[in-house]
Amino acid sequence: MEQKDFKPWLYLLPALLFLGFFMVYPLVDVLVYSLEEGYNSASQTFFGVGLYNYSYVLHDPYFLQAVKNTFLLVIITVPVSTGIALLISLGLNAIKPLRNLYQTVFFLPYVTNTLAVGLVFMILFKKTAYSDGLVNLLIRWFGGEGVDFIDGPYWAKIFVLCFYTVWVVMPFKILILTSALTSVKQDYYNAARVDATPRWRIFTRITLPMISPMLFYLVVTGFIGAFKAYSDAVALFGTDLNAAGMNTIVGYVYDMLYGDSGGYPSYAAAAALILFAIVLTITCINLLVSRRHVYYD
Amino acid sequence: MQITLQNLTKVFPKRGKKETGDVIAVNDFTFVIPDGKLIGLLGPSGCGKSTTLNLISGLEKPTRGKIYFGEDDVTGLPPESRGVGLVFQNYALYPHLTVLQNILFPLQNLKGAERPTKEQMIQRAEEAAKLVQIEQLMERRPSELSGGQQQRVAIARALVKLPRVLLLDEPLSNLDARLRLQTREEIRRIQRETGITTIFVTHDQEEAMSISDMIVVMKEGVVHQIGAPQDVYDEPKNLFVAQFLGTPPIHVFDGSVRAGSLYLGGTPVLDVPGVADQEVYAAVRPEGFVLNADGPLCCQLSRVEIMGRDTSVVCSHECCTSGTIRAIIPAENRVDQTLPTVRFSLKPNKVFLFDRSTQERIAVSNA
Repeated sequence: MEQKDFKPWLYLLPALLFLGFFMVYPLVDVLVYSLEEGYNSASQTFFGVGLYNYSYVLHDPYFLQAVKNTFLLVIITVPVSTGIALLISLGLNAIKPLRNLYQTVFFLPYVTNTLAVGLVFMILFKKTAYSDGLVNLLIRWFGGEGVDFIDGPYWAKIFVLCFYTVWVVMPFKILILTSALTSVKQDYYNAARVDATPRWRIFTRITLPMISPMLFYLVVTGFIGAFKAYSDAVALFGTDLNAAGMNTIVGYVYDMLYGDSGGYPSYAAAAALILFAIVLTITCINLLVSRRHVYYD
Repeated sequence: MQITLQNLTKVFPKRGKKETGDVIAVNDFTFVIPDGKLIGLLGPSGCGKSTTLNLISGLEKPTRGKIYFGEDDVTGLPPESRGVGLVFQNYALYPHLTVLQNILFPLQNLKGAERPTKEQMIQRAEEAAKLVQIEQLMERRPSELSGGQQQRVAIARALVKLPRVLLLDEPLSNLDARLRLQTREEIRRIQRETGITTIFVTHDQEEAMSISDMIVVMKEGVVHQIGAPQDVYDEPKNLFVAQFLGTPPIHVFDGSVRAGSLYLGGTPVLDVPGVADQEVYAAVRPEGFVLNADGPLCCQLSRVEIMGRDTSVVCSHECCTSGTIRAIIPAENRVDQTLPTVRFSLKPNKVFLFDRSTQERIAVSNA
């Protein structure tokens, strides 16, 4: 009996140690930092305990800007990228010739480096001394007014950031959705056809429920990924994101730790925990919604 | 609804370099299916019976030939306009919908004046469910049902829209032996009650014979024989049909006809008047052997299997093309197992002669 009790724990020990060191301990540490006022990592000193750090962060206009940017990014890119990915996957699934070629083409952005993609986007959108960027050229061609997408108005910058993010996250979603679509058995479609089911109804009543677990997975990971966005903004707007007004929450955390105005682990910890709370809440909401709408075999 | 198949042909083009030629899945199939009958399409796997079913349902387009439902030419119609009910081999029930929602599904697709009200839909779904006796399972999901229950749901879903034709693709193949017996009776009953012309596909000859009004025996895309089950069994047109029907299968002997007598290994065993002298295949149904101490056919006895109702005598003969002979005799006959041989005489109407080269039946004029 005695042996039975301790054996399972022994087997679990490596995993528990690993998780403890790299997950639980840092989390607790972050929580502790976030409650220590004016913590200095060099001297390991602080002068008080309380919620001051949270209050500071929540009143910091840079943080509020970062939250706004992040939320916009999440709200726009997750549905848009999932929707377009679904459309492209449906299209890919419907064609026979050249399907493999298209699948490869659509998957290319996934294997391309974020910063390299950022560079391409700069060429497309950035105004320089020599050119206004390809997109502005096109806009002018059609008689529109050129816009500075990188240093110009806020909506233009958000547009570029969202466009970039959608482009970067799409390939993975297409990959998952095409495989989900091909796994739906042809018999269901045949049965629906024999029963004279309109195409739209086949899509909403058969295809969507059948691939709903994969869609749900993509939405949840999409939300989490978008909330953690940082490198995308850096690739487009450079490292001084606060100045560009395009910071994200993770970017704010990073800046507080290592940026030019950095050296404030307590603020960084507080901001990180606020992000954690947001992501947790959204994911819980996702799970609640999925109970009603996601069908598992 | 009478269904007419006219020179129906389906050719699948070859795929890739490995295949040598186009595959003719159904070859020049002409047949009028009478209204309100239950028809069994029967054949070994790959014989084109499922393709025929898909052609009738519209899921496949014929390469040549016409299909008529009554007077209407439906050859060019897509499946949704044909009004057929199709039960798939694996049932294809929508797993995320309840039984009721599954049965309602075809009704909800109806448009315009045809579309019933919600109450009518539910009423019709309940009637269909009652017909297949699943009315107490309406709120379940397909995964919570047994194979037999799923099968019934699939039939209910196919019947609820009152199809002109009901098509069943291997309806019993996913059921265990006991359920199979029960379900085939059930299919027969439902077909009788609704009077819908029904075509079902099977590779199991017993299944087809037991419930069909007519059976169609196919092989490699070609229809070999069409007829009432007993007629096809009693009068097979060729060796393939004779071998395909019947359990245990028919026994084929290398024989020859000389002067109006069938010789097996130099011994005359049966009078076959009116047959010219030639080498033949002589096929004998297992029940065609009659235990007879003075019988002309002498076989090496291996063992006797008692099955209660009847007895099967397992023996061998040098002319038999399959290794062993399994003769079914009534249980009242006792076989002396101490003897090394057993002697039979043959029932003339259970012996069929086939041409050696064409494998077609050779008529015997005694009947």
